[in-house]
Amino acid sequence: MKIHEYQGKQILKKFGVTVPRGIHCTTVEDAVKAAETLGGKVWVVKAQIHAGGRGKGGGVKVATSLEKVREYAGQILGMQLITHQTGAEGQKVRNLLIEEGADIKHEYYVAALTDRATQKVAMMASYEGGMDIEEVAHKTPEKIIKVFIDPLVGLTDEQALTLAKGISMPEGSIAQACDTFKKLYTCYMETDASLAEINPLIHEGDGTVKALDAKFNFDSNALYRQQEIVAMRDLDEEDADEIEASKFDLAYISLDGNIGCLVNGAGLAMATMDTIKLFGAEPANFLDVGGGATTEKVTEAFKIMLKNPKVKGILVNIFGGIMRCDTIATGVVAAAKETHLSVPLVVRMKGTNEDLGKQILKDSGLPIISADSMAEAATKIVAAVK
Amino acid sequence: MSILINKDTKIITQGITGKTGQFHTEKCIEYANGKNCFVAGVNPKKAGEKIFDVPIYASVKEAAAESGATVSVIYVPPAGAAAAIWEAVEADLDLAICITEGIPVRDMLMVRNKMKAKEAAGGKKTLLLGPNCPGLITPDEVKIGIMPGHIHRKGRIGVVSRSGTLTYEAVGQLTELGLGQSSAVGIGGDPINGLKHIDVMKMFNDDPDTDAVIMIGEIGGPDEAEAAQWCKANMKKPIVGFIAGVTAPAGKRMGHAGALISGGADTADAKLAIMEECGFKVTRNPSEMAKLLKAML
Repeated sequence: MKIHEYQGKQILKKFGVTVPRGIHCTTVEDAVKAAETLGGKVWVVKAQIHAGGRGKGGGVKVATSLEKVREYAGQILGMQLITHQTGAEGQKVRNLLIEEGADIKHEYYVAALTDRATQKVAMMASYEGGMDIEEVAHKTPEKIIKVFIDPLVGLTDEQALTLAKGISMPEGSIAQACDTFKKLYTCYMETDASLAEINPLIHEGDGTVKALDAKFNFDSNALYRQQEIVAMRDLDEEDADEIEASKFDLAYISLDGNIGCLVNGAGLAMATMDTIKLFGAEPANFLDVGGGATTEKVTEAFKIMLKNPKVKGILVNIFGGIMRCDTIATGVVAAAKETHLSVPLVVRMKGTNEDLGKQILKDSGLPIISADSMAEAATKIVAAVK
Repeated sequence: MSILINKDTKIITQGITGKTGQFHTEKCIEYANGKNCFVAGVNPKKAGEKIFDVPIYASVKEAAAESGATVSVIYVPPAGAAAAIWEAVEADLDLAICITEGIPVRDMLMVRNKMKAKEAAGGKKTLLLGPNCPGLITPDEVKIGIMPGHIHRKGRIGVVSRSGTLTYEAVGQLTELGLGQSSAVGIGGDPINGLKHIDVMKMFNDDPDTDAVIMIGEIGGPDEAEAAQWCKANMKKPIVGFIAGVTAPAGKRMGHAGALISGGADTADAKLAIMEECGFKVTRNPSEMAKLLKAML
């Protein structure tokens, strides 16, 4: 689960990390009022969407007067902000963050994430902040300093110092930088984050170390014990179909192709998508119905897939283990009838009660195309939509 | 022979009285020598009772002491699953198999580091399989987990995969071609887990009754590449490799928490390239896994 920058900064602040003073708002009037409340002569008007690259896309502007705050807030609110992470259609801006200006002397990067290889928390920092970290990692990997934190010990003083010195933090800011890293680590662990990134982290003229941005991802498996985080969820920023699917315990992700697929198991679902591509078409979605698919669940899955106007055919691929093929076949027939399915449907079923399942499909009177292997199923659906 | 488990393995089921635990324990008992293998269950509130004729104990330690079991399988719900793993580790079992899906990553981080600290301090090493995995099976001997037993056939091919149904797919293809399996192992789809591809490949390499292996991976993480590098230098047996997720977009979690492309080196294409370079016969067509393997024997 992702959250907005302003929410991320609230969390950082709660854990003691210094952030600029800022006010979240959703209207131009409130943006101007926020700037007045903050005072000063310089404000930053920042678009709040769940994607990175907002600055480059025109979603972050520095205003030197209240008139400019009004002007920029008006421009940014409601715009379709297009960044390298939003896709071509962009994301509508519904929220703004008005912040006091900062006296930026240098921009650094720091992030915490879980490292699969070492099974520790990795904290990485770089002298080169404010830009895309993947670019830094690619061009100058030696500029990224990494430490691996044993969760039984926590971030040690020595590790924090390695990071602070490694990114050439000036002497006067080192103590606060170390403190910031420790607080970031605590925050990462206590909120069940899967990524906590500050880019840029800055030091100001007076030496103050401050987080100018905050990006968080949270482990969806842990949301049950993170009510405060869950309350920050902004459904406007998420795909409506994916939300609908999750209500039925279906893992759904929409993609750009025209063949809908319904599969049990995440690995098999990806393999099915790959097979569709291998035989010359593109999948319209990833959809894992999971282990305990019922007729109701299969019907919902069909409805969600068919909402996508690009879908020109459907491939169902089920390896019946605990879930029996006859159960799935009954569900598929019911779903096809209920949704008045008008696109070609290929069903491949293997495993428990396979023959019974195939018979149910045959007896349904529906024009369902049967296949024995994934490859055959993909060949048939690709041919059917052409 | 086989890897990790055989007809003589004695097993404790943690979470035996829950809905999932009951359902699968019954199926496991019915499979091959299961009746003699599943010797104990754990539930502190139901100690002294029996289920499917299996005695229930208050703790894993007690269950192990009373039954002589060395392996446990865990169906405990996500919030308590990491604690259940730790209980198996503290009882000094040889192997804990965690089927549970949806365990918070932080819980797994903590328990994995506790396990490593215990080993570093000279304590007994307990292997962990999973979490979020189907378990493992040695056909015609014993099945521990949620895989459908009847698709398997005893034989000499090893299968290792992160994905449950994709393991069944490979097993189903092998059985159809008349190739049985020595053991089929699901290591699970979570980012922080126990046994990895490399560990299972080492076991298959050392197993005199395994002739060849199908290794199946997914997008995300460094594990398949690490295993491939090890195989290049050490593996004496033919391997067919497949990686699911060529069509998966970056930054989207494809069902499994671990199936998420983060950098550039963990895409399906990158992993397939490394595996090929390391001497695997790789395929982009998952329907061909068993056929390719048969041609190499």
